[in-house]
Amino acid sequence: MILGLLNYWVVVVLMMCGLYIVIAHGNLIKKIVGLAIFQTSVFIFYISMAKVEGGTAPILADGISQYSNPLPHVLILTAIVVGIATTALGLALVVRIKEAYGSIEEEDVQNLDNQTQVDSQQQVTEGDQA
Amino acid sequence: MVVAFAIIRMKDLFAVVMLLGIYGLLSASFFVAMDAVDVAFTEAAVGAGISTLLMLVVITMTGRTEKVTRHKPLLALLVIAITGALLIYGTLDMPYYGSADAPIHHHVAPRYINDSMQEVGIPNIVTSVLASYRAFDTFGEVVVIFTAGIGVLALLSVARRPEDSEDITALDDSMHEQNLVLRIITKILIPFILLFALYVQFHGDFGPGGGFQAGVIFAAAIILYAMIFGLSNARKVINQDFIQLITAVGVLFYGCVGLVSLFNGGNFFDYNVLSSDPIAGQHLGILLIEWGVGCTVASVMIIIFFNFAGRREMQKINNNNNNQESSS
Repeated sequence: MILGLLNYWVVVVLMMCGLYIVIAHGNLIKKIVGLAIFQTSVFIFYISMAKVEGGTAPILADGISQYSNPLPHVLILTAIVVGIATTALGLALVVRIKEAYGSIEEEDVQNLDNQTQVDSQQQVTEGDQA
Repeated sequence: MVVAFAIIRMKDLFAVVMLLGIYGLLSASFFVAMDAVDVAFTEAAVGAGISTLLMLVVITMTGRTEKVTRHKPLLALLVIAITGALLIYGTLDMPYYGSADAPIHHHVAPRYINDSMQEVGIPNIVTSVLASYRAFDTFGEVVVIFTAGIGVLALLSVARRPEDSEDITALDDSMHEQNLVLRIITKILIPFILLFALYVQFHGDFGPGGGFQAGVIFAAAIILYAMIFGLSNARKVINQDFIQLITAVGVLFYGCVGLVSLFNGGNFFDYNVLSSDPIAGQHLGILLIEWGVGCTVASVMIIIFFNFAGRREMQKINNNNNNQESSS
């Protein structure tokens, strides 16, 4: 009986995997992979809600009266393609970050940023003294 | 799930990306098991195909190993444990998997299932909801994809075309001689992939398929060509400016169908007025906007790939030039 909720638990576990990767890993590509896993878990959530026991795919045919719910299918169908487009945008940003900083590790980028900030502040104070 | 855990542990990004491809394919088979054939189609093409490819191209640019982070993941574990527990607690009130009396099945879904044959006249309910009932929504999605394409173009496009460089042609030639089998198989397969994309495009009314899937498959065929035969050859076949034009034309076309139905006295995207017979009007409208969707999706995917790959070639040329300068 309680196994009826198994699909939601699978979704939650997958979602948490994705979230963990996003939080705990510093590599930007790994973070995007984590986001992709998170995204797919949401897809599975929607599609599993649409499923009706004994139903078939929502393509009308004679002699079939039970169909799964077509609405989540439509939403997820477009979401997948939009997802790859936005992922590509994220990857494009990663490429630019690599070109600008020479690294795609979050910490390195942060350090470089702090370094340049400190440098510019030093320059300002030196200018004041002069 | 196992694959997802493996992804967390892996430090080698190449393996991670391969696992992501497997994960995409597995979730596609999940979707088939849950009767969502259209979605499975899209996920197989996108998750297992195009996204894996894009990630691989990016990895060749950014290096394939991940640095071991120093900070402890305990805090992250705590956060996800709490969030996960709360979410699982939330699921206890959810309807059971597959139950027909869940609230989700009692809102607009019965109308789509019962009346769409009379109102729209095509058997695939997913297509009729996508392209007719929720056409405005889909229009928004297409605009988002278009915007993402423009974003990638703005971030990565290279002003100087590398095709006049001799280094690249030399690189391509060596690659051709190495991969004889791949090259011949690709040559045989590409026409069929393109044909299949067109079939998916126009058969979307009756079986699983439609503009989104067809666009992705079409783009996959062209990306395959670009990978095997080299970017500069692919650029000769597919004019970049033309592809960019097609992207915009697809969106414009979609919008225009809505406008035409507006001018014919109906609502925005109300295809009944496109023809004297409402059902024929619906058919025409869905065919036209699916075509617009297909054009936009295919050309945005091609643009994204070409810009990533073009960026990489440019980096390679720059590196070569630098090496030559330092050696001389």
